[in-house]
Amino acid sequence: MNVYVLLKMVPDTVEELNVAADGKSLDSEFLRFKLNDPDEHALEQALILKEKHGGTVTVLALDAPEVDDVLYTALAKGADRAVKIPINQASLGTVAAAKVLANFFSSSARITTDALLLPGSYAIDDLEGELAPLLAAALSLPYVGVVCGVTPVDGKVVVMKELGGGLRAEFEVALPAVLGIQSAEKPPRYVPVAKVRAVMKSAKIEQVDITAPDRQIQLEVERLYKPEAAGRAEMLDGTSEEVADKLVEVLAKTGVI
Amino acid sequence: MANSILVLAEQVRGELADITFEMLGAGRNLAQESGLPLYAALFGSQAAPLAPKLGVADKVFVVDTPRLDIAPASTVAAALKALMDQAGVDLVLLGCTNISLGVGSILAAKAGLPLVNFCRAAKVEGGAVSCTSQLFGGKILADVKLMDGRGIVSIYPGAFPPDAGRSDKTPTVEKADLLVEAPNVVFKQYVEPETGDVDITKQNVLVGVGRGIQTQDNVRMAEDLAQALGGAVCASRPVIDQGWLPLSRQVGKSGMTVKPRVYLALGISGAPEHWEGMQNSQCIIAVNTDAKAPVFDGSHYGFVGDALELLPVLTEKVKARKN
Repeated sequence: MNVYVLLKMVPDTVEELNVAADGKSLDSEFLRFKLNDPDEHALEQALILKEKHGGTVTVLALDAPEVDDVLYTALAKGADRAVKIPINQASLGTVAAAKVLANFFSSSARITTDALLLPGSYAIDDLEGELAPLLAAALSLPYVGVVCGVTPVDGKVVVMKELGGGLRAEFEVALPAVLGIQSAEKPPRYVPVAKVRAVMKSAKIEQVDITAPDRQIQLEVERLYKPEAAGRAEMLDGTSEEVADKLVEVLAKTGVI
Repeated sequence: MANSILVLAEQVRGELADITFEMLGAGRNLAQESGLPLYAALFGSQAAPLAPKLGVADKVFVVDTPRLDIAPASTVAAALKALMDQAGVDLVLLGCTNISLGVGSILAAKAGLPLVNFCRAAKVEGGAVSCTSQLFGGKILADVKLMDGRGIVSIYPGAFPPDAGRSDKTPTVEKADLLVEAPNVVFKQYVEPETGDVDITKQNVLVGVGRGIQTQDNVRMAEDLAQALGGAVCASRPVIDQGWLPLSRQVGKSGMTVKPRVYLALGISGAPEHWEGMQNSQCIIAVNTDAKAPVFDGSHYGFVGDALELLPVLTEKVKARKN
């Protein structure tokens, strides 16, 4: 199987996010980027498929801060190829990003009959829509999202989709296909920094030039801001000991103890 | 402005999901503000008997075909596009849910209209529809505008009150004859929720743990507290993905919806996907090291601190109080 994992960098929400002076974008000064969580699972799922069933794994990303580290890390984890498209991801909405990636597949990478394209199921900044369905639509490929399991069977894949409330459904999908991965069968693997450093010396990130679409943003943001607390919690102060005492009173009041 | 507004009703196995009524309420508001008719679409072979429940809509279009039973996003989007053309619809509301994920993106591409994702608020302003979307796990809001009032809006669950979408009125029901393409993926079977040892939807007290619990060993500390409180431990997605607790303990978009008397959120940031599953708990107590974590915004009590430090102390004090 020929698996392509589409990786996207997103702001790390563990850090504080601030709005820039224009009131329409994030303040980039203290912004730290990380790989979108579901994309990390997409990579893990691809590596599991390769280990179990053979084939190749190619990771693909647009240009973004810290993306090289992420691509090298993917190689260190076991991906065979890393490709970067030198278009600034931040300038593109999801619709335009899907067009660029669709162009990559129609111009630079032949989609074989055993190809599987794995983006993450969604990203935390998907204002215009999700990459996986947009890419599938652009390439006229079958698509299933919120996928939490992929098993090859007779040249097809059987995929598990999460429906909500713990209910899931199984679908059979002919290849080539696009699957939006929500979570891999196992937690994403860890790779030691030393191994990533070694890969940085020995391996190369390929660059493939794709023309950026004219229309980069589908939806103009009028204003970006932090939500106002609707009903801020009554905050408890003190040492763990003091807070525990207060919480016991709260719990007693609710009648559970 | 648009010609009419359409809500895609969401149902699984013949049961309407809450999001359907949340969308109908939101749609009714938009219809009132704009003077446009509000339609609802019900898809699939189990859909027809559900139509009378959608009385908030002026008209319900039923597309009764097994091809739309738990159909892939592309099939649903194609049917919706055909219905939009037939009924003169150019503003569509659909659910930002696992069931409908992808439908909006594909429909927007097919119809040449913009999609507004993660929408929490919407109102008519002149000929435009102004929407507020939550981004970055709920940490930032974005105001966007559908300038001519035309577009696809993906409504976030829990953002609009479902009661505004319920009515005793009987809607006009129209059977829509659409050519529905054969799905390009094959539905095989439902996989029922894992039952597990404990049903978290039936607990009085839940101790919810998130990324902040850090290790599997620390989950035991939360279990001790849950046991002292006569409740159970549950978790947000990162903990389940690590395999530290079984799937049957997941709370949120993909997991269970719970409404205990007390929900302790320990090391949980309060990302919208988790919040969706526990927001209706009677009393929410949040503990997080990040004072700006969104979880504090909707909780009843909060403590900025290390849940790992608090846990053993609280467990002992609860035990002492009970004795």
